[in-house]
Amino acid sequence: MDANDRLTIAGHEFRSRLWVGTGKYKDFAETKKAIEASGADVVTVAVRRVNITDRSKENLLDYIDPKKYTILPNTAGCYTVEDAVRYARLARAAGISDLVKLEVLGDERTLFPDTAGLIEAAKILIKEGFIVLPYTNDDPIVAKKLVDIGCPAVMPLAAPIGSGLGIRNPYNLKIIMETVKVPIIVDAGVGTASDAALAMEYGADAVLMNTAIAGAQHPIAMAEAMKYAVYAGRLAYKAGRIPRKLYATASSPIEGML
Amino acid sequence: MVNEIQIQVNGEPRGWRDGGTVADLLSDLAIATERVAVELNLEILDRKDFGQRSLCEGDRVEILGFIGGGCETKGESDGRER
Repeated sequence: MDANDRLTIAGHEFRSRLWVGTGKYKDFAETKKAIEASGADVVTVAVRRVNITDRSKENLLDYIDPKKYTILPNTAGCYTVEDAVRYARLARAAGISDLVKLEVLGDERTLFPDTAGLIEAAKILIKEGFIVLPYTNDDPIVAKKLVDIGCPAVMPLAAPIGSGLGIRNPYNLKIIMETVKVPIIVDAGVGTASDAALAMEYGADAVLMNTAIAGAQHPIAMAEAMKYAVYAGRLAYKAGRIPRKLYATASSPIEGML
Repeated sequence: MVNEIQIQVNGEPRGWRDGGTVADLLSDLAIATERVAVELNLEILDRKDFGQRSLCEGDRVEILGFIGGGCETKGESDGRER
């Protein structure tokens, strides 16, 4: 893959344009294999209470080396500004970096972002020096507001988290890509390889997924499929696709025919 | 003789020795100090203060770490929550 096609966000440089979550796997060994097969160098993690009653259980970071991967903590499961800010601060205190994937969820059934809360939480965290990567709706106006307050990238959803519906509103995503001048990471809702390729063909800078890989019948094989899908989509985007036309244009010349 | 006090760790009541620090607690629980965050009565502690902060009767300690997660994630930090 093209080693020079790097993605840079707030001074952090990333090789891969596929970012992966680490939830829902059978065990840590499978998580590790799937991440390796995906080629991702950014992995998201959640912040939770340490199990103090059974210390024999292994730690995720024994399997995913923070020196090899950018560990991106999220504020998953937070439904209020206060909770999201608290979890982001805890993630930073646990000592990985100032990066946070900020989620402020609006509703348990859809897990759609509460975009008003998201903007409020982002403002607080940016003031405290965090590099806020906000998980947002496919709303161009909200995306622009997030950039205006200092988010160095935005992460609009393709579809509800874990739904596998693919890109439900390609036109909104395209508008976000046109109007927002920071990297766009399409996050959540991808179901299969073609969804990821499509996101990249539209001009996304990266795609983040978890369930599409972890929930597949063969997660490691799907991780590899996603690697190639993101790469193919990126190449096609940079190559510039032909315009759609209603009628045929012959590929073979007429000249020289009998 | 050290007095026994009651504290709360990750929501569970726990007996503790008066004067014991956050670092002592982590050591007793066999938790490495790297990559955990500790909240004492809602105040997030700096890792370098773990050895100085003694725990008092009724203190509420939260010890958090990173677990597998994509988006919505529930459960405890054992990687098997979903």
